[in-house]
Amino acid sequence: MVQQLPAIILVTPLVTSIIIFFTGWRYKRLAYPLTLIAMSVCLLSSVFILTGVINNGQLQYLLGGWPPPWGIEYRVDHLNAIMLILVSLLGLLTATHAKKSIEQELPERTTLFWSLFILLITGLLGICITGDLFNLFVLLEVASLSGYALIAMGEKKALYASFRYIIIGTIGASFYLLGVGHLYIATGSLNMADLAQLLPELLHSKTILVGFAFILLGLCIKMAIFPMHVWLPDAYTYAPSAVSAAVAPLMTKVMAYVMIRVMFTVFQPEFSIMLLRVTDIMVWSGTFAILFGAVMALSQNDFKRMLSYIIVAEIGYIIGGIGVANAIALKGAIFHIVNDAMMMTCLFFVAGHIMHQTGGHRIDDFKGMFKTMPVTAAIFTVGALAIIGVPPTCGFFSKWYLLLGGIKAQQWGFVAALLICTLINVALFFRVFDKGLFIHTHGNGPAHTDFTGKPLAGEAPLTMLIPAFSLALVIILAGVFNQFIVNDVISFAIPLGF
Amino acid sequence: MDELLTILIARINYWVYIILMMIGMYGIIVKKNLMKKIIGMSILQTAVILFYVSIGAKKNATIPIIEHGHDTGHATAVQAAHFINPLPHVLMLTAIVVAVATLGVALALAIKIYKQYNTLEEDELIEILKE
Repeated sequence: MVQQLPAIILVTPLVTSIIIFFTGWRYKRLAYPLTLIAMSVCLLSSVFILTGVINNGQLQYLLGGWPPPWGIEYRVDHLNAIMLILVSLLGLLTATHAKKSIEQELPERTTLFWSLFILLITGLLGICITGDLFNLFVLLEVASLSGYALIAMGEKKALYASFRYIIIGTIGASFYLLGVGHLYIATGSLNMADLAQLLPELLHSKTILVGFAFILLGLCIKMAIFPMHVWLPDAYTYAPSAVSAAVAPLMTKVMAYVMIRVMFTVFQPEFSIMLLRVTDIMVWSGTFAILFGAVMALSQNDFKRMLSYIIVAEIGYIIGGIGVANAIALKGAIFHIVNDAMMMTCLFFVAGHIMHQTGGHRIDDFKGMFKTMPVTAAIFTVGALAIIGVPPTCGFFSKWYLLLGGIKAQQWGFVAALLICTLINVALFFRVFDKGLFIHTHGNGPAHTDFTGKPLAGEAPLTMLIPAFSLALVIILAGVFNQFIVNDVISFAIPLGF
Repeated sequence: MDELLTILIARINYWVYIILMMIGMYGIIVKKNLMKKIIGMSILQTAVILFYVSIGAKKNATIPIIEHGHDTGHATAVQAAHFINPLPHVLMLTAIVVAVATLGVALALAIKIYKQYNTLEEDELIEILKE
């Protein structure tokens, strides 16, 4: 049974998506339970995959029974397994959360939403599990295309934001494909494990260098690394709140995973670090991304827009961590991929609650939150503390590893940026706390009017509170049990050669 | 001059894909009309597809079908050099599907943008969105 899990985890959501699309016209109510079932199956199988990987080492699945260099191979090691759990856990929680929020924001298009949402999760899971570079491209486009469509469902401005995302995203995907083509010319193989064996002899070939550069550039665009991030804030701000909660944290993190895979599994670490010195560029672009993201986040009035810029900064953490390229920083980077996805989802859930209750997502809408919505406020506090990096939450530990790694590699610019960003984050969330805790007099500006027109009125419905609350719990637990996560799982996820 | 010509002619497929790709990039970056941007995007994708298709070709090779393959018993003695490589072509079938899907989503968005704002010019759109 465990042998078949890599196929089950992908086929279940794919089939469910199609079923929902075709039955949805008649049986609208069926969509939600079907989604929950599919997501639960994914989560269960990813948990079994992880335990299988921890106990027995790598798991291999040959699609159609074709042996590796020719057929598509799914290969799961610790790194994949962590990503699978992350994606399917957040997929399940977001699906639970999305029901009420979608019924309010997109009342007529719920069926399409569910169908596309599951397709998005399918694509992301597929990217994390596949061992074939071209298959990765196809799944990347499955995820991206459903992401474009989901984002376009949002507010009025979402259409143009999604259009820009499509154009830039397609350039990124084309670059990636071009890079894979160069590798194929030189080696005649698309399988990651096979390439890893073939490439060391060819490392000085110009074709390989060009291919590597194109792949990395394509991933950077998809991942929104600092100079290439322009599509991100608009797209994630105007998307429906449930979509932001699903796309924003996961898409960029999964791309970060692909980057680690390509740099350190397909290519040898010595190649990426010694021969090309690409890691130096990554540290610096990470540093700039952190500073830029933090400063831009500080100047926003819109909560979701602020979160989007925080994502830009967090991507900087991860890229910097990969660029520092020693074992500790890489542990930090992988741990931060996990943590950051959870923290951002948690905060986007809070944005969803606020949106559901007040109809807006500006920081002004948080007015008096601690009085009227105490549970949401508590969840928000956990998320904010995690982003800032306060000890019991998991955000602290990944930042700690990143800092240690930076100090060990003597990348002082990166270390300084990390610390400055932490300070800015304190200021950032203090603004929201300030709005939430104290109700100022109505002197400053016109009162925010919106489509429902009601002020903060009580808590969000239970289906929205439970996923957010459990995620907040997971954030704290991941912090408390960080030793187990890092030593028993992540230290095996670090590629060979460190 | 002769050397340059040889380089140009010997790698003509690469030059074509580079030129096409640059045309696509130019369209995306410079043109203000969303429709023209979509056309540029499509040219860019086509360039990559042509690149893949061209790398499967070999001189003096034929289509990858083995004549009388399964009953003569000669199937094991096939010379790979006599047949073009079919794999890049098959990959591109998938990539074409992806490209068509992307084009479809982009066009649908363009229609919706036009319905909402009554324009497809980017500068006018940005003006409207600022308000």
